[in-house]
Amino acid sequence: MGDVLAATDVRAYYRTRFGGQIRAVDGVSFALAEGEVLGIAGESGCGKSTLARALAGLFEPPLYRAGGRVSVEGEDLYEMDAGRLRSEVLGRKVSYIPQSAMNALNPTRRISRFVQDVMRTHYRAMSRADILARARERLRALSLPERVLEAYPFALSGGMQQRAVILVSTLLNPTVLIADEPTSALDVSTQKALVAMLKDLLQRKIARSLIFITHDIVTLRHICDRIAVMYAGELVELGTTDQVIFDPLHPYTRALVGAVLVPEPGMRGRKLGTIPGAPPDLGDLPPGCRFAPRCTEHDEECRARHGELRLVRGRLVRCARLGDAAKEEARCE
Amino acid sequence: MRLDHVTRTFGSGRGKVVAVEGVCMELPRDTIASIVGESGSGKTTLARMMLGLLRPTSGVVLYEGVDISTHDARRRRDYWRSVQGIFQDPYSSFNQFFRVGRILDDAFNLWPAQPPRKERQERVAAALDTVNLKASEVLGRYPFELSGGQGQRLMIARAFLIKPAVLIADEPTSMIDACSRASILEALMRLRQEQGTSILFVTHDMGLAYYVSETLYIMSQGRIVESGPAGQVMESPQHPYTQRLLADVPRLHQAWL
Repeated sequence: MGDVLAATDVRAYYRTRFGGQIRAVDGVSFALAEGEVLGIAGESGCGKSTLARALAGLFEPPLYRAGGRVSVEGEDLYEMDAGRLRSEVLGRKVSYIPQSAMNALNPTRRISRFVQDVMRTHYRAMSRADILARARERLRALSLPERVLEAYPFALSGGMQQRAVILVSTLLNPTVLIADEPTSALDVSTQKALVAMLKDLLQRKIARSLIFITHDIVTLRHICDRIAVMYAGELVELGTTDQVIFDPLHPYTRALVGAVLVPEPGMRGRKLGTIPGAPPDLGDLPPGCRFAPRCTEHDEECRARHGELRLVRGRLVRCARLGDAAKEEARCE
Repeated sequence: MRLDHVTRTFGSGRGKVVAVEGVCMELPRDTIASIVGESGSGKTTLARMMLGLLRPTSGVVLYEGVDISTHDARRRRDYWRSVQGIFQDPYSSFNQFFRVGRILDDAFNLWPAQPPRKERQERVAAALDTVNLKASEVLGRYPFELSGGQGQRLMIARAFLIKPAVLIADEPTSMIDACSRASILEALMRLRQEQGTSILFVTHDMGLAYYVSETLYIMSQGRIVESGPAGQVMESPQHPYTQRLLADVPRLHQAWL
């Protein structure tokens, strides 16, 4: 299957008041295949939400595009004019659900109104009855109650609000659905229902591929095909879910996975992964490896040289020291 | 600390909501326990009553055998020196008009006599250090200039300053990333080891509760539906609610959906 989305060296920076720049997304490249679920993991401030906006072509000042390319089904989003991006790409090809989108639902309007807004933007001629019929059909397909349409947002629980948001944003069967922390404000049971709904959307090919952004590695384990780990604006590891979670290579990924708390036997008394210090200032990045100041295994060379993503044991990792280990491995073989 | 049939209702008539109903529990010295429940289960209301911020509609909260609702102003201050809270939302917990330095310094008002200025400053710096905050970075800032995680760590630093006998932590790490969460939990464990502080976590996070606590209380719709040693509750949950809750928690090594 071909790639539906390709990001090449995407750079999205914020301009600061004093002429500086915050390099929130600094050279991210990856490809998303048809039907694939890609997780983007990382801690707050690593640039994952900015990456989501950049992938949807949503640059609003102070955020600006500092380079790179995003193409969806072969079409370059950044070459397009804003009007076409809005009418033909957003919602239809790329659907972006921002963080806590459910809190952005206007409380004075019923859910059906949001449904109409979306449909009318793209199909001017469609009648109200047709639109509602289509929405009802979709609700039935996803086994959600039809009363949601006639409800006001505040009458719905947080989980149902979030599901309504996903319903509205997938009405036009987007090629890529980008969901930013869709489960983070929800209870475990609602989280489970939401993840199940997303999987259902993919199975029914309503959304053809998914980018799932979260800090919660455990949730990613259950929905993703591949996971990209982000640190200080760049990807530090990109591999299959099993590679990243059960055999992490980058020291940052290892700490991230080691800090997971799950109610499983053997968890108690286990030492949790901790990282000393704080992430670097994205306006004033160190010249070498961005993780080196907090890395327990770094040496002089790490601080001086900024490494590239390289293929190590079947996945991409950005760590100069691992490269050496891989070479040694090869020598042993 | 002991709770005896504590009930709290809000509103009246048809709109009456029973947030907490007939809760009995005990928090002995030098223990770590957790109240686990989903949102709306009444766990925060319960924590607020234990801190004396909300009066129970019926039932009593006893600390060292004394009903805390009978405290006068002076006794209340003494109570808050022994029982401290860490709240979910740091932004609504600090006075927005004071800088962090002043907020932390105000903690010393809980004592009848304050230590000299120099000692206060040293203790503030040490407390900030334990939660990985740099004194030079935060002391001059206002609470709204901090990130959510920094705010939560600031509250934990305040707890370190006061060194209470009981700490009630309501979702203390909800805004903190996994890696710094581990170091916060370590700091809280150290507080317990050094001071014998009892800690009560109020959380929806089963993994966290299981990792830190000796005793678990599972709360649903205002009632404690199950309680017992953490291992026992986790391995053989008896109540259907606990069973469902555990089944819904994603794990690393088991299928979820």
